[in-house]
Amino acid sequence: MAIKASEINVGDTHEEVLVEDLKRTQLVMYAGASGDYNPLHTDQVYTTQSAGYPSVFAHGMLTMGMTSRVVASFVGAVNIKQFGVRFTNQVWPGDTLTGKATVQAIREENGEHLADLSVETVNQDGVPVVKGRATARLDP
Amino acid sequence: MADEKTITFPVEASHIMMFARAIGDYRPEYNDAEAAKATEAEGIIAPPTFPQAVAQFDPDYHLRLQPGVPWFGSGKNPSGVEGKPASSGGLHAEQHFEFFRPVRPGDVLTVTTRPGETWEKTSKRAGKLVFSERITEYRDQSGELVVRARGVGVKTERPVDQG
Repeated sequence: MAIKASEINVGDTHEEVLVEDLKRTQLVMYAGASGDYNPLHTDQVYTTQSAGYPSVFAHGMLTMGMTSRVVASFVGAVNIKQFGVRFTNQVWPGDTLTGKATVQAIREENGEHLADLSVETVNQDGVPVVKGRATARLDP
Repeated sequence: MADEKTITFPVEASHIMMFARAIGDYRPEYNDAEAAKATEAEGIIAPPTFPQAVAQFDPDYHLRLQPGVPWFGSGKNPSGVEGKPASSGGLHAEQHFEFFRPVRPGDVLTVTTRPGETWEKTSKRAGKLVFSERITEYRDQSGELVVRARGVGVKTERPVDQG
């Protein structure tokens, strides 16, 4: 069930390790599922020799998708009303990512109980890779 | 409206499962029709970022190999497109979703994308940055709005400096 409005407080957090030692194969899986076959994410030869990057890197949307797990685990996937992020740094194979959601506000709108969350995913060096917000429905 | 594009996006449980695996999400709501019934979702739903997989149904999506169209990834050469400048091309700067109800298998979404605002900034790490916004609406068979998405892309003058 959704979290009850009376059982959640501003400042409550949920944290989750999203991936340890990100594998290139996961980038291939995400390309196949999402339909984004940009070689920057899967083609090491193109990315290093033609595009000038040190390695393939993760789709921003893969990082956002992994980050959605923190929100879904915290408030229930079916209760998510809004989810948005800015991509602040690239994610590379080998990275370990940890996502964290923090309750910023609890409010009522049109008779619905809502929680506003801030969401951030950081890499193994503590550098944020996405920063964003989510809004979720709560039980009364 | 000029520059507006419409795509039909049939939502299937197997596609949702593959997408969920790719983001490392094994919760029953996304993966197991039987187990999903016992959850608050009362059946399979799509993960929040799944709407972006509409790219699979875009007939001329530029980031998918197309028969007879030169592809810029590597083959014999590092890039299959001769003379292509060593530019990073476009990167994704922001993505936002607003959900009016969960996306479920069996939905046949009509997806309309239109350009939004465009703006510029200068960055030490990548030179001149040109941002452009795209607004995408996903409507179901009854014409009801299911998801509204806002994406911001950025084109950089040169590959982003690392470190």
